[in-house]
Amino acid sequence: MPTPLPAKLALEDGTVVEGQSVGAAGETAGELCFNTSMSGYQEILTDPSYSGQVMLMTYPHIGNYGAFEEATEADRPHVAGLVVRQFSRDPSNSAMEETLAAYMERHGLVGISGVDTRKLVRHIREKGVMNCVISTEDLDDASLVAKAKAVPSMAGLELASRVTTGEPYDFAPSGERDGQPSRRVAVLDYGVKRNILRSFAHLGCAVRVFPAGTPFDDVMAWEPDGIFFSNGPGDPRAMPEAVELARQVIASGTPTFGICLGHQLMALAEGLEVYKMKVGHRGANHPVLNLTTGHVEISTQNHGFAVQEADLDGVAEVDHRNLNDQTVEGLKFLRFPGFSVQYHPEACPGPHDSRYLFDQFVALMDGQAPAPPAVPEPSADPVEASPDA
Amino acid sequence: MPKRTDIESILLIGSGPIVIGQACEFDYSGTQAARALRDEGYRVILVNSNPATIMTDPMTADAVYLQELTPKSIKQIVETERPDAVLPTMGGQTALNLADQLQQEGYWEKEGIQIIGVDIDAVHTTEDRQAFRDLMESVGIDQARSRVAKSLLEAKEITQELAGGADGIRGFKPIVIRPSFTLGGAGGGIVWTEDEFDRKVTRGLELSPVHEVLIEECLFGWKEYELELLRDAKDNVVIICSIENLDPMGVHTGDSVTVAPQQTLTDPQYQRMRDAAIRAMRSIGTFAGGCNIQFAVNPADGRMIVIEINPRVSRSSALASKATGYPIAKVASRLAVGYTLDELPNEVTGTTSACFEPALDYVVTKIPRWNFDKFEGVDEELTTQMKAVGEVMAIGRTFTESIQKAFQSLEQGHAGLDGELPDRQVVRERLARPYWDRLLQIRHAFRLGASVAEVHDVTKIDPWFLHQVRDLVDLEAETRGQRLEDLGRDALLGLKQHGFSDVQIAELVESTEAEVRAHRLGLGLRPTYRVVDTCAGEFEAQTPYFYSTYDQGESESERSGAKKALILGSGPNRIGQGIEFDYSCVHGVLAAREMGYEAIMVNCNPETVSTDFDIADKLYFEPVFWERVADIIDLEDPDGIILQLGGQTALKLARDIVDHGLPIFGTPFENMDLAEDRGKFSEILKELEIPFPPYGIAHSVEEAVAVAEDIGYPILIRPSYVLGGQGMRIAINKDEVAEYVANILKLFPDNEILLDLFLENAVEIDCDCLSDGDEVWIAGVMQHIEPAGVHSGDSTAVLPPFSISDEADATIRRYVAALAQRLGVVGMMNCQLAVQTREGKETVYVIEANPRASRTVPFVAKATGVPVARIGTMLMLGGKLQSFREAGELESSLEGFAVKEPVFSWDKFPEVTKELGPEMKSTGEAIAFVDDITDEHISKPYEMRNLYLKR
Repeated sequence: MPTPLPAKLALEDGTVVEGQSVGAAGETAGELCFNTSMSGYQEILTDPSYSGQVMLMTYPHIGNYGAFEEATEADRPHVAGLVVRQFSRDPSNSAMEETLAAYMERHGLVGISGVDTRKLVRHIREKGVMNCVISTEDLDDASLVAKAKAVPSMAGLELASRVTTGEPYDFAPSGERDGQPSRRVAVLDYGVKRNILRSFAHLGCAVRVFPAGTPFDDVMAWEPDGIFFSNGPGDPRAMPEAVELARQVIASGTPTFGICLGHQLMALAEGLEVYKMKVGHRGANHPVLNLTTGHVEISTQNHGFAVQEADLDGVAEVDHRNLNDQTVEGLKFLRFPGFSVQYHPEACPGPHDSRYLFDQFVALMDGQAPAPPAVPEPSADPVEASPDA
Repeated sequence: MPKRTDIESILLIGSGPIVIGQACEFDYSGTQAARALRDEGYRVILVNSNPATIMTDPMTADAVYLQELTPKSIKQIVETERPDAVLPTMGGQTALNLADQLQQEGYWEKEGIQIIGVDIDAVHTTEDRQAFRDLMESVGIDQARSRVAKSLLEAKEITQELAGGADGIRGFKPIVIRPSFTLGGAGGGIVWTEDEFDRKVTRGLELSPVHEVLIEECLFGWKEYELELLRDAKDNVVIICSIENLDPMGVHTGDSVTVAPQQTLTDPQYQRMRDAAIRAMRSIGTFAGGCNIQFAVNPADGRMIVIEINPRVSRSSALASKATGYPIAKVASRLAVGYTLDELPNEVTGTTSACFEPALDYVVTKIPRWNFDKFEGVDEELTTQMKAVGEVMAIGRTFTESIQKAFQSLEQGHAGLDGELPDRQVVRERLARPYWDRLLQIRHAFRLGASVAEVHDVTKIDPWFLHQVRDLVDLEAETRGQRLEDLGRDALLGLKQHGFSDVQIAELVESTEAEVRAHRLGLGLRPTYRVVDTCAGEFEAQTPYFYSTYDQGESESERSGAKKALILGSGPNRIGQGIEFDYSCVHGVLAAREMGYEAIMVNCNPETVSTDFDIADKLYFEPVFWERVADIIDLEDPDGIILQLGGQTALKLARDIVDHGLPIFGTPFENMDLAEDRGKFSEILKELEIPFPPYGIAHSVEEAVAVAEDIGYPILIRPSYVLGGQGMRIAINKDEVAEYVANILKLFPDNEILLDLFLENAVEIDCDCLSDGDEVWIAGVMQHIEPAGVHSGDSTAVLPPFSISDEADATIRRYVAALAQRLGVVGMMNCQLAVQTREGKETVYVIEANPRASRTVPFVAKATGVPVARIGTMLMLGGKLQSFREAGELESSLEGFAVKEPVFSWDKFPEVTKELGPEMKSTGEAIAFVDDITDEHISKPYEMRNLYLKR
């Protein structure tokens, strides 16, 4: 085995750690955040919501089962970099198409291995998220720290335009469902994960994906039955255009659903506040209490901003709450047919406990009051390709 | 829903004596359950016949019944206590079966007692093969494919079909055949090759009275997984832990090396398993509690099938609790009384919810501990029938770090994944089938140049694990032959991060452990300690539960300013050293805390109460292995170390501890060692005018024969420093002496051989005492029913003695007290004696003395009601017997006799002859209280006594 290149990770507060290069050689920068999922690294690396962030995986062995197309949430990795404790150079799984190292190299993704990740997690937990640089080229501590300091803060940063689609496209064409023409879902793409699109398609919806800046009239010209505001990276407060679009959608009375960033955009449109969290939620084990049913969903989460708990009188009801820190996880809007969640019902990676939300949106488009099941069945993922995946 | 107020008292059923497959993990779960339910204000009534448990201590429950686990005894207890509910899921299959038996009688309903924690009727579904198939099918969960064949031709068709149809066949795939209605599954098994197909199927058809054979897909080589789940009354389900068996299907999970969390599944594969597990758990009736589900995954295509469900707390849930920090039994008990998961806090963080799925940022490895050496002629191959008697668990930041620590924990002479390279042929043969030493052989195979693919072909172990082992072999190869002083910081750190012990490194660079340690400390390389926090560092943890790693970042364990007592645990359970020692350790910890010490526990046995993070002030889940213990001592700088409680495990480290000038609480080491040194010990006996059987010491076969000829026959032969009579034999002539000694020297090279004249027709006596250095108090004198020659651990012991004279009893007490005084015992001592009657005259002999907690301590404590281990520890820490006497704590509550009955696990080794001798073979014990010696608990073994002895 060739000896891997040395690499360094520098934080804006002056912390520098040494390790070995994984994936592509080079230099990268972004906000250092951590994810506690123990599997699903490739889904995380390709999630467009992580654009601009350097991902530290808390589980020490990463790369164990290699990389494969079906585990991708976009056509390329979106994280800015990867930080791991122990990188698996000899993966094993029948689903594997290439090693994770090869995948990273192919896409120019820079990473560092051999790092005491737990120490960094505790550091961030204490001090809050901060920016960082990973490099295999510049190993000078002072220079790296200076570079980390120069990285713009995520707060106030609009990033969705970097990851949205350039042109509208049909993910799933119109067709029939139970003899009826299928429901048409217009997806506003701020960095949408593939499995959200698959989830709508799986329920027989026609799905058209629109670029982030699409004017309201252009969206409505497709005559959608429902509008979906997607997940995505960055600070929603820096997206006045998107918020304005949400206001127009709301005013139109079209059934609307939002996930993560989309949830925050809908909240902003209804006059609620959004704030940047100290550490954020990133993992696949967060308990969310459904206040309507009293049932708990174990959820995948990935957000650094959240909706501020405030006087929601007449505007919305909090219908999902995080059991760990009581933060707002879901809103049921009162002035228009719509709801939104902060967490990720599409999973990938993570548990399938909340897939009912997609059914609920179809029901809403069908003109029914959305009623969550008393006990949601964790239904299989719409990927449903070979069991290999 | 908050807790139920319609019930006030709960009957908790234990699991009875320790047997293979059902061990002290149920003391852990039962103790947790009892404590949790009492915290909630319920009256807990506990029944268990196993005296060596913490759960049966008066402090654990409101009412404790040390009674046998039978419908009759349960009914008696119910008569007296009138419980409102019964919780049968904490006592293994024993408790569940017992509750079920009474359910079938309609007993619980008749008495108005509710069963909580399980849907007892639904349990049948999990145990009935066909019902389980049907149920799983109804919730859409795949299972092994099978169909019944009534002819050879049909069998061929089915086999082809299972292989994927005629087109899909690429050579013959093994299948399993199960002839219908044959006794004990006769004629069943795996058909490996096409050649044997016709013969085996035809025979199966012939053997089956209805001429039917079930042809089933063979899961040999499939990957095996377990999930540990919790479910509440609102049907919330969470997965607490995933466990991957390193050994593929075919080896019982209790005999498998297992790793948590799972390592080799993709997220879609894992989520599919999670979905299936949740559906499966919800399908087995309505209940709130814990559950374990096993799955198999075909490595070729990822297809997943369910194997079995255990709707109760299990061995794996104890492991999962220790692996994640999530107290499964405790939470399961709260769920059983009505709480829902969202109402309970995660006690580890104190701030977050219990309704979540722990995230690990480390790797946990469990390795079983077998005791094949105890059973002559035993089949050592690992099968679907569990054979291990105990297990160790180790935590490391990486798999390699954890697996090496696990080997260091085993106490089988390994300092990691090590050992001398055997002959290539031996490796080939050992690898062909799953034996206990498989990982060691895999290392050998790599050293001999085998490839990962080759080893995978033979063992079917996932290549990911094999690559990890090969990485270790590569590192060894890089290091071997270097000079210690040339090993720089980076190289040494690399080795340490892969779990290599100083001993292993010393071997590679031809140095000594002490030199490697000195070199390492010189380079500033020490382990750091991390918290097992359930959340991968996301939230701050409140629990003092640590493991060591060589990640150098920071240590999360800080030395406090309090005075400290370090308690060394007893390591993995094995025959001769089991739960009894953990019992003493737990009491030691509690007593030290009561005396104002910060109690620090070091142990590596996941089944125990001592490794519950709630027990000690600080828990280090670490190998009880010198290097690891020394590092902890360096960090904590304890005021003293308690060695008397952890059996031979702790004692073995005494020499190192003393050599390093570290303080010991209680009896000075020199005196503890005195009892092990036969020569010095005899001198003391002589000086005290205490008779002892003639003895001799030998270091070779020739020497042993000479000694034996001198002393006479029959003669007892055993290695020194070994517990449980391992290798002990009785010889009647010099040929036997030669044979036995040669065998012992093979097993324990360099060990001393002790030879004692065997006292014929003698009664054996066990005596436990406490001493504060000034005075000695006899805690209990026990008479063995079986004649001398049967190991004391295998004997039925009766307290007090029933057939020796009062004079002999007084002599025993006098001798023991004198010995304890002379040995300067501070704390506990156990003494073995014999009373021989010749021509109407009784002579009392002292056979051996062990100045430490013994196997019988919990029995004596339970029989008399005196907390012997607690008081013993307090004496070590400076307490005086006088104060306990004044407080009335030394008064026995025993009326009549207490009987300790050995329990064996013979059914696990059908090929082994069931005979008793000087080598201990029992795995557990039960206690019975009887009024007089005519009771069958005494009379029956008494009748048997002569049968036991071969000669």
